[in-house]
Amino acid sequence: MSVMQVDREIDARGMPCPGPLMALIGAIREEPAGAVIAVLSSDAGSRTDIPAWTTKARQELLSVDEEEGYTKFVVRKAR
Amino acid sequence: MSRVPARVVVVGGGVGGTLAANLVSRELARDARVTVVDPTGMHVYQPGFLYVALGQASGRWLSRDERGLLRRDVDLVIDAAASIDRDGGTVRLESGASLAYDYLVLAPGARLVPEQVPGMSSGEAGPGAHHFYSLEGALRLREAIRRFRGGRIMVGVAGIPYKCPPAPIEFVLMLEEHLRRRGIRQKSEITFLSPLNRAFTVESASKLVQPIMERRGIGLQTFFNVETVDPSAGIVTSLEGEKAEYDLLVLVPPHRGQRVIEESGLGDAGGWLPTDRSTLQVDGCERVFAMGDATNLPISKSGSTAHFEAPVVASRIASMIRGTAPPSSYGGRVMCFLETGDRKATVLRFDYEHPPVPPAPSVMWHAAKWMFNRLYWATVPQGRIPDRAARKEEAR
Repeated sequence: MSVMQVDREIDARGMPCPGPLMALIGAIREEPAGAVIAVLSSDAGSRTDIPAWTTKARQELLSVDEEEGYTKFVVRKAR
Repeated sequence: MSRVPARVVVVGGGVGGTLAANLVSRELARDARVTVVDPTGMHVYQPGFLYVALGQASGRWLSRDERGLLRRDVDLVIDAAASIDRDGGTVRLESGASLAYDYLVLAPGARLVPEQVPGMSSGEAGPGAHHFYSLEGALRLREAIRRFRGGRIMVGVAGIPYKCPPAPIEFVLMLEEHLRRRGIRQKSEITFLSPLNRAFTVESASKLVQPIMERRGIGLQTFFNVETVDPSAGIVTSLEGEKAEYDLLVLVPPHRGQRVIEESGLGDAGGWLPTDRSTLQVDGCERVFAMGDATNLPISKSGSTAHFEAPVVASRIASMIRGTAPPSSYGGRVMCFLETGDRKATVLRFDYEHPPVPPAPSVMWHAAKWMFNRLYWATVPQGRIPDRAARKEEAR
């Protein structure tokens, strides 16, 4: 279990693809560099989409945790 | 004993608002007084913008007088809704007048906000990016394409959600054909800038169109979430830190909910109405319904969506007024054509539970799309097609 200060949590459970990723992108646009954003997603596609996007966008994926019925992604806005 | 007619106010004279108004009026006759409020009084067939931009249709057939599409017993008020007072049950209009309602249908559509992308909407030489999401935009783009003699064309999506998800893919495929027919394809480079890691939001449709794009030599740049446009340098940048140079840039503008929704405090962060996915009631408002582009539902923002939602809203309002059991729910049904160029098209039919399984593009689906374009005015607003569809929906 990762313990870190999360500045903003987005509950995107129930949102179909590409909703959770677009919600993360929206938060990255709004938050300042250094902010830590958590996204909760029950969409299976997020497991590939979100890590692929963070790599491409050079954002820092701090953790991916499988929870009961959803996945929790924690991302730091690197730039 | 005659009862006082229920006051049903419909905000928006697009596909959903017009159809819902006609169906409520037809179903309830003297038991309801239906009023449509629309800022222009003109009904616009937005799927036609694509054809206008590519010089395949004139703008004339795309709009009709809303009055002529409504039943005679439906009132039309040409005015913009300025705010909604949910507790008082009134819609305040820009002219200062207000309309009291017993039941409210919110179908105001979406709002284009190109100003959210720096450089997109303005530049000294004209717009930084063209689009075909309004008649004016489509006409300007048509002229830019007519003047185009070769170079780099970038086509992209500057924000999700946006109306008519297949439209940018249709545009890029039809544009490729257009340049080929003009003999300037060899001198042109076409690239599609997708905000996702594939060409289209729907995975099955992406699997169908990406090989077609590849065969036609159309580039695909994924995870390109547009950040800025520099019209003087001809450069578009992405949130992911990439740059793309262009000679002609076409971007679907970002969308938001309408001002009336935001200013009434009814919308979410994007200005979309939180809506029950089955009953189409606005959250927390039993007598207020939403449909079409204005909702927050995880389904396409398209005329087709509104077309299938309107019968559900109308029948639910009728059942509430009559005190009978609600007859039907919305299951997320949508049907969209997707033009692939060279006089071929496919079709996307889906609902909340079933993603589309698009057939191979064919001349038949292209012909069906054109037949729909031509028959629209005499069928959809009057409810001549959805009755059948709604009955099928109920039988599912």
